[in-house]
Amino acid sequence: MIRCDRNVPVDLSKSGPPVVALRGVGKSFANRVVALERLDLNVWPGEFVSLLGPSGCGKSTALRIIAGLSEPTRGKVEWREAQAARAAGARRIGFVFQEPTLMPWATVAANVRLPLKLAGLARDATARVDAALARVGLSGFAPSYPRELSGGMKMRASIARALVTEPDLLLMDEPFAALDEITRFRLNNDLLGLWETLGKTVVFVTHSVFESVYLSQRIVVMTRRPGRVFTELSVDAPHPRDESFRTSADYAGYCRRVSEALARASAATEEPPADS
Amino acid sequence: MREGRAKDEISPVADRALRVLLPIGMLALGVALWEFVVRVGGIPPYVLPSPWLVFSTLVSDRALLLASLLVTLTTTLQGFLLAAVGGVGLAVLFNQSRLIEYSLYPYAVILQVTPIVAIAPLLLVYLPQQAAVLACAWIVAFFPVLANTTLGLNSVDHNLVDLFRLYGATRRQVLFDLKLPAALPYILGGLKIAGGLSLIGAVVAEIAAGSAGAGSGLAYRIVESGYRLNIPRMFAALLLLSLAGILIFFALSVLSHLMLRRWHESAIVREV
Repeated sequence: MIRCDRNVPVDLSKSGPPVVALRGVGKSFANRVVALERLDLNVWPGEFVSLLGPSGCGKSTALRIIAGLSEPTRGKVEWREAQAARAAGARRIGFVFQEPTLMPWATVAANVRLPLKLAGLARDATARVDAALARVGLSGFAPSYPRELSGGMKMRASIARALVTEPDLLLMDEPFAALDEITRFRLNNDLLGLWETLGKTVVFVTHSVFESVYLSQRIVVMTRRPGRVFTELSVDAPHPRDESFRTSADYAGYCRRVSEALARASAATEEPPADS
Repeated sequence: MREGRAKDEISPVADRALRVLLPIGMLALGVALWEFVVRVGGIPPYVLPSPWLVFSTLVSDRALLLASLLVTLTTTLQGFLLAAVGGVGLAVLFNQSRLIEYSLYPYAVILQVTPIVAIAPLLLVYLPQQAAVLACAWIVAFFPVLANTTLGLNSVDHNLVDLFRLYGATRRQVLFDLKLPAALPYILGGLKIAGGLSLIGAVVAEIAAGSAGAGSGLAYRIVESGYRLNIPRMFAALLLLSLAGILIFFALSVLSHLMLRRWHESAIVREV
């Protein structure tokens, strides 16, 4: 089995140990589907890393395991000391789902406030909610209900909710997959802007080569099910990136290399995917 | 835009007017026909009273009938409230504890599938009359609330459940901030059915209670009028009963609309 480049972090490991590391993580489900097998992954402080792979390669499962929403059946998740002490529920994680996942019965402001409410942080919650909404450009929509927003705006509200607790780690599970291209590009830019100003660590799951190259410093390419790391590539183009990067020859070159890696990763498994 | 329109192509204003006017027109037509048949056919009032006679009976017997209406409505309302509290409460209990659900749910179903007409006489043997009537109204009405609330509590968006878990929500928070609001449209749907059913339960129990004498409800008046061949009063009482049913349904529809209009698809008027 191909193990090339596995666990060889591109030299982004500026400051100490990884924020979180998966060590030989495996996950099989009750229906005998093996989603992940011996997955090793380091997430370094402050980096923007993408997990890229074909549909059903277990990248979402890996993200859920990092978030503590799913328990690995083998291997372990190691947290940096400060985080390890905390219970899973209190780790400073923001999670953005594939769908906006807003409560339809609550206003945008109440949705964004939810993490603070659940944590019992009533103090200056309103100010924090306002700030989070302002960050994603939804200031005027606090009293609106989710159904009154467009798809892109709902996703912005979802991002605002993930940021309202000031998490150290932001986990994003194909957040823009359902959006049209124009909206997706704009949200890509806004996300990069947030990452550059806030200095969060971001783990971004996607099946889009172009999105992963545009956003990330490092791309982890995964094989088909059972998912494991096939290879890692770094995207050394400097930040801030903007539309001129999207049309540059550099960008095209990275995309080609990543596409090739993805094609090899998809071919690397003899076993056909159980489903897509 | 097309699919929003109903079967016939008419403007929304005309559509709304027709929705009100057509049923009223049908009613007027039916009543007129009824009056005509009774007069022309010379049908005696103890066989079929004319609409006018029914109406004048309603007016002349108003003291008696309204007092009975109040009795029936009180029972209905009490049964309905008990059904709402009991149905939602049991559903929440079932949702929180699988053991309780496994232990009790089959009996809730048995209570529901056994015809209330058959249970009522038994209840009247063991309970004081008023309590028995109330129990009947409750038994008929609580199940749709229980079934719908259970469905609603189990229909919560899985991602939202994950989100609550991620932020370390307590069971209490999951119940009150997630499950119950998500179940609200289902609960209101169940209550709408329960409103009508609690009236039916009350009526069935009153009829089963039979000759209970003073302070009796509308259903008892119907039975009593039947014994006395006072058919016009029978019709008048029946008319009041259906008006009560309509009123209950309308009130619950308004409540449902008010609670859901900001967010739920069922209450939103789409512009086409």
